[in-house]
Amino acid sequence: MNFDDTPQEAAFRATARKWVEANAPKELHAELSKSSLGRIRLAKHDIVDVGKAWQKKKFEGNWACLHWPKNYGGRDATPIEKVIWQQEEGVYGKLTQPFQIGEGMCGPTVMAWGSEDAKRRYLPKLASGEEIWCQLFSEPSAGSDVAGLRTRAQKKGDNWVVNGQKIWTSGAHYSDFGLLIARTDPDVPKHKGLTMFFLDMKSPGVEVRPIRQANGMQEFNEVYFTDVVIPDSQRLGAVGEGWSVSLTTLMNERMSIGSRLATGVPELFEFCSNLMLEDGLAIDDPAVRSKLASWAVKASGLKYTSYRAISSLSKGERPGPENSIGKLVSGMMLQDIATYAMDLQGAAGALTGTDEETVQGQFQQMLLSSPSMRIAGGTDEILRNIIAERVLGLPGDIRVDKDVPYNKIPTKGR
Amino acid sequence: MNFDFSDDQKQLRDQARKFLAEKCSPKAVRVVLDGKAPYDKELWKGLAEMGFLGVAIPEDFGGAGAGHLELCVIAEEMGRANAPVPFSSTVYLAAEALLIAGSDAQKKKWLPAISSGDAIGTLALFEGKGNPAPKNVKLTAANGVLNGVKKPVADGAIADFAVVAARTGSSGRDGDISLFLVDLKAAGVEVKSLTNLDPTRGQAEIIFKDAKAEPLGAGGDGWSILTQVLDRAAVLCAFEQVGGSDRALEMGRDYALDRIAFGRQIGSFQAVKHMLADMYVSATLARSNSYYGAWALSTNASELPEAAAAARISATQAFQHCAKNNIQVHGGMGFTWEFDCHMYYRRANAMALGLGSLSYWEDQLIDRMRKKNAA
Repeated sequence: MNFDDTPQEAAFRATARKWVEANAPKELHAELSKSSLGRIRLAKHDIVDVGKAWQKKKFEGNWACLHWPKNYGGRDATPIEKVIWQQEEGVYGKLTQPFQIGEGMCGPTVMAWGSEDAKRRYLPKLASGEEIWCQLFSEPSAGSDVAGLRTRAQKKGDNWVVNGQKIWTSGAHYSDFGLLIARTDPDVPKHKGLTMFFLDMKSPGVEVRPIRQANGMQEFNEVYFTDVVIPDSQRLGAVGEGWSVSLTTLMNERMSIGSRLATGVPELFEFCSNLMLEDGLAIDDPAVRSKLASWAVKASGLKYTSYRAISSLSKGERPGPENSIGKLVSGMMLQDIATYAMDLQGAAGALTGTDEETVQGQFQQMLLSSPSMRIAGGTDEILRNIIAERVLGLPGDIRVDKDVPYNKIPTKGR
Repeated sequence: MNFDFSDDQKQLRDQARKFLAEKCSPKAVRVVLDGKAPYDKELWKGLAEMGFLGVAIPEDFGGAGAGHLELCVIAEEMGRANAPVPFSSTVYLAAEALLIAGSDAQKKKWLPAISSGDAIGTLALFEGKGNPAPKNVKLTAANGVLNGVKKPVADGAIADFAVVAARTGSSGRDGDISLFLVDLKAAGVEVKSLTNLDPTRGQAEIIFKDAKAEPLGAGGDGWSILTQVLDRAAVLCAFEQVGGSDRALEMGRDYALDRIAFGRQIGSFQAVKHMLADMYVSATLARSNSYYGAWALSTNASELPEAAAAARISATQAFQHCAKNNIQVHGGMGFTWEFDCHMYYRRANAMALGLGSLSYWEDQLIDRMRKKNAA
C-alpha cells in the first residue's frame, strides 16, 4: 500500500507538470484558488473567453480531452493518465468549466453513436474548445423521470421538426451545439419512443432564456424549440433507441473520478479556528469539535474513496461502485455545514453582505446554492436508488407507467 | 498510486474469512453469548495454528513476521464473524505495547506465548467512568508493587497478564504515568467478571493489592507509550468495525430481499432501500478512512495520530449505524434473541466505548488536525 506513482506514471506526471508550469495563465491562479460553488466568476474576465484560450493551448499541446483517441483530438491517454493530468492541471482545471458537459457527456455520446464523418467533424473542435456543446435532456415536467419528456420530434422528409421545451441547460447561451433527446413516438411506452439528436444551437426556432435560480443567480437556461429543423444525419442511434443512447451520456456524468468534490470542511475548520465565542475560540468548544470531527471524517472518507478508485485505474482495473457515494455525501454536507456555520454567527448569520462577521458571506452563499447540489446530476433520492439497486442488488421500483403507451400516462395529480 | 491491499493480503483475507466461516458460525458465537463459556477456546487455538495471532509479531519472537497490513485484513474478518475471543485485547493492545516498549526479555517471555495462543493479554487502563486521560489514572505503583482498582478491563477475567497504567508521580503532567506488566495469576491480584453490553467479549474488574509488577518501558513514559498503543489499536479495531458494518449491511440486504410484506419484497420499498443505501455510504466512508489508517500504521507515518482518530470515528459511526438499521430492516424479528442482529448491535456499541468513546476521539482528531495545520 502506497501513494506513489509507478515509474511510467511519474514520468507522465513530470511531463504534464512541466507543461502546465510553462503554459498556465498564472495571473489567474490566486482568483481560481478561492473555493467556489457553481459557476466560476472572474473579476476581470469572462470565463468562456479565458476558458477557450486555455482549452486551445491545451489542445495544441495535446492535453485536451487526453483520454480520447488521437484521431478525434485526444492523446490516447489511459484513465490513470487522465487523473494525473487533472491533478497537475490543478486550479486551472476550473477554466474548463464551459467544456465539461461537452467533454464528459456529449463527446462520449457522439463517439459511441455518431458516424465516422460526424466524429471527425465534431470531436476535434469540441476538444479544442472552438465549439462548445450543451446537453438538452431535462424538462420542466421530466427531471428524475427524464424518460417522461414531452419535447416532440416529427419526421418530415429527410428532416425532423422539433417542438418543445428543455430546462436546466448549462451554457446554452454560449453553446454551438446541443445534444437533444426528444419523443418521436408517443404511442409506445415512454422509454421506447425516444430518439437522440444533435443540433446547431443557432438553428432558427431555438430560443434560449436564462433562469433566475432560487439563489438569485443565473447559471442555467430554458431552451424553447419552435419548428426547429434537424437533418436526419444528426440523429444518434436508431429511431426509438434514444433511451439506450442517453444511458451512455448519463453513465459518463456519474463517472468523474479524481475530481475533488467541495465539502465545506476546510472552510468550516478555518472559520471555527478563528471565531471567538463567549467562552473562547469555537474550535475549543466540545460541541463544535464533535460536529467538526464528524464532517471531517466524511470529507477524508470521500478523499480516500477516490484514492481507492484511482488505484484501481492505476492497475488498469475498473473502479468499484464505491465512487457513487461522492455527490450524495458532499451535497448534504455543504448544506448542513453552511447552516451550522451560520448558527455559530448568531443573528449576524442572517446577513448576506460581505461583512467581517460573516466571513464575506461565504456560508450564506453556500447555504443558498447547496440545494442544487442535492438535485443536479441525480437527486439524492435517485442516487440512493442507484446504490440500492446496482450496488446492493435490491429490486427496482415498481413502475406503474412501464408498459403504458406514453400518451395514456396521466400528466397531473389530483 | 496503490492505495489498496496487495493480492497476497487479499488472499489472506479470503483465507481468514473461510476459516472463520467454518470455525466461528453464529451458533458458535452464541455459546459464549449465552454464558456457556468465557470465550471460544477452540477457535483461539485454531487462530494460533493459522498464524493469525502472531501475524504482526516478528519471527524472532515467535510470530509470522508479516506486518500490520496483514493484521488489518484479519481484523476485518474477526469483526465480520463477531469472533468471541480476546483478539483485540491480546493482539492490538498487549502485544502492541510489548512491541513498542518491551525489553528483549519481556518480548521473549510474552510474544511467543501470544503467537502460540498460550497467553492472553490485556490493557488495564480505565478506572470507572471517563475517557483515557492521565488524571484518571489513580492506581499507584511504588517499590515494585501496584495498589488500586481497574475497571472495566476487556477480557480481564481470562487474561494471563496485563499491561497496567499506574501513577508514579504527582506533577499533573503526562510524565506521572508509567506502565507495568503484571502476571494476573500471581498473588495480590483479584479478578471479578462484570456483566456488559456484549457478553461475547468479557469485561472485568481487577483489584491490585501489593501486586508484583515490572516496569514496561521507562518510568514516566507511560502516557506517551499508551497514546501510541491506542492509536494503533484504533486502526485495528476500525477494521473489525468495518467488517462488522459490512456484515450487518449484508444481513439487512438479504432480509430485505427475502421478506415479503404488502405483497412484495420489502427491499423494493424506497424507505427500506434508502436506509440500506445510507448504510452502504457509512460503511464505504469507514473503509476508506480505515485504509488510510492502515497505510499510516504500516509505514509508521507521522500522519498516524490523525489517521487513527479519523478511522476510529468513521468506523465507530458506521458500525453503530449499520447494526442499528439492520435491526430496523428486520422489524420485529430483529428484536428477538433468536436472530443474530442484536449480536452486532451489542458488539458495535461496546466497541464504540472500548478505547475511549466517540467524543474522546472527536476531541483527539480536532487537536491533531490543528497541530498539523499549525505545522
